[in-house]
Amino acid sequence: MSGASALSVAEYRLRNMWKWKRAIIFYGLGGPFLYLASIGLGVGSLVNANGGGLDGVPYLTFLAPALLASAAIQGGQDEVTFPVLAGFVWQKLFFGMAATSLTPAQIANGVLLASVVRIIFTALAYWVVLWGFGAVTLASAVVLIPCAIFAGIAFATFMLWIAAKVRNDDGFFALVGRFVITPMFLFSGTFYPLQSLPLTVQWIGWLSPLWHATEMGRALSYGAGAQAPLFWLHALFLALMGGAGLLLAHRQFTRRLTA
Amino acid sequence: MIRASGLTKRYGEFTAVAGIDFAVARGESFGLLGPNGAGKSTTMRMISATTLRSGGDLRILDRDPDTHGPEVRAHLGVVPQEGNLDTELTCAENLYVYGRYFGLSRRFLRPKVDELLAFAQLEDKRDVKVDALSGGMKRRLTIARGLVNEPEILLLDEPTTGLDPQARHILWDRLFRLKEQGVTLVVTTHYMDEAEQLCDRLIVMDRGRIMAEGSPQTLISEYSSREVLELRYGTGRNAEVAAQLEGIGQRMEALPDRLLLYVDDGEAALEAVVGRGFHPIASLVRRSSLEDVFLRLTGRSLVDE
Ligand SMILES: Nc1ncnc2c1ncn2[C@@H]1O[C@H](COP(=O)(O)OP(=O)(O)OP(=O)(O)O)[C@@H](O)[C@H]1O
Ligand SMILES: [Mg+2]
Repeated sequence: MSGASALSVAEYRLRNMWKWKRAIIFYGLGGPFLYLASIGLGVGSLVNANGGGLDGVPYLTFLAPALLASAAIQGGQDEVTFPVLAGFVWQKLFFGMAATSLTPAQIANGVLLASVVRIIFTALAYWVVLWGFGAVTLASAVVLIPCAIFAGIAFATFMLWIAAKVRNDDGFFALVGRFVITPMFLFSGTFYPLQSLPLTVQWIGWLSPLWHATEMGRALSYGAGAQAPLFWLHALFLALMGGAGLLLAHRQFTRRLTA
Repeated sequence: MIRASGLTKRYGEFTAVAGIDFAVARGESFGLLGPNGAGKSTTMRMISATTLRSGGDLRILDRDPDTHGPEVRAHLGVVPQEGNLDTELTCAENLYVYGRYFGLSRRFLRPKVDELLAFAQLEDKRDVKVDALSGGMKRRLTIARGLVNEPEILLLDEPTTGLDPQARHILWDRLFRLKEQGVTLVVTTHYMDEAEQLCDRLIVMDRGRIMAEGSPQTLISEYSSREVLELRYGTGRNAEVAAQLEGIGQRMEALPDRLLLYVDDGEAALEAVVGRGFHPIASLVRRSSLEDVFLRLTGRSLVDE
């Protein structure tokens, strides 16, 4: 009778994701393909022609860690926002789950776990495309993929908490897209080093898991500004974000499912 | 099985359940009857260990649901007032997935799902998405889902609200069968006929308090007369006539649309009324019901009219 676990929730989420497999694969592979073909090759050829790449490497190599982490982050956040809204607001599925042997924290963990699967899939798929474009070396997989996954998980736990706070979905996704995802993508040193931005907007990058993961990825893959203390600071930021996010998510799930 | 004393639930300043006491024995079918907002669902959610109580004591199967939630819930089946089936999954998937939440094995669940689909008469809808089911079918599936862990206690919050009479009778039949198998039932409803059909014993709730407790028959004989004479004189005249009928029967309720006379012999009372020269537009003699008990206890109708 016992033995209820977060795994059963993850199993359910994966079952549900499977129904969307085409869309997930399309975004997982098609997105990066288009992106790299347009920005990577187009902008890249300009940058490379002008100054021989950026940061001492070809533009695509500079871009790769950021694009990879960004994809992992977006894939992960899809799986913690829509399902959580369905769980608390649309279909109220979590209230059904809360009437079983599951605890609210297990429900949260299960959703997160399934998003981790999506994050890993996305990171792997994206890396393959990057490799196909010659943006990364085979050896870089060992460092770039874990960095992207790490950032994806850190952000997913944070969004798990935020999504669990939403009472009605009026414009929630539009707000997240406009004020979180897009600025994060644009101000995280994705397309050029963050240091080229004035300090007034640089802080956005400091708060962004994408920037931290990108810096880690660049340091590890081609040794950009490789300073050990800084590297660990980036890692610490992501770990703290993930840890705090999970704790807050547990608290919020418990509050809402026992009120 | 269930023992509540001084059970209380507050939402901020508002008290939804105001210190109620009751107990439910094994195999019993227990009802919570009351109008909208009485606190029935809130009480159910406390019993189902999905909301923490604000005061008093509650024991389910000798455990405190607030501190032993998962353990308690493992033995309960819950059919909530608002359905929360996964509309994107099929009937069979809904049952299977829900069983997994209880930690049940695939091997146990495979035959169980078929058994429950048969119970809910949904075998031919096995692989149909819940989206495509009628309201009655969804309700039956929700009840079947509540049985996936073979619960000792089944909690049903307004199981037949919104169903047509035929669907209600099918459901009642299913619930009788469960009761015969020894499952303890706790049912909330604001239908008096449902309460009379399903419940061995019930409490009548209003505004978070218990107004009365007993079997449907005892409540009726305790709080009402044997028969009720309903008289209609047209909306304008009811109140005026009411004043002239004093002395006939034990009690009278003057509702806007009709007068209710509580009497032992309806026909005799009607003769007496006509004898005083008040010929009603329409009259009806019927047995007393829980509706009359409720009217007596609260001065209000059970179902909002
Ligand atoms: N989560 C909540 N927050 C605030 N108030 C609540 C909450 N849930 C219920 N209430 C209030 O508590 C009271 C009792 O509600 P409850 O749902 O228990 O009534 P009920 O007897 O089930 O009514 P109905 O027949 O309409 O289902 C109502 O006044 C309701 O507004
Ligand atoms: Mg209710």
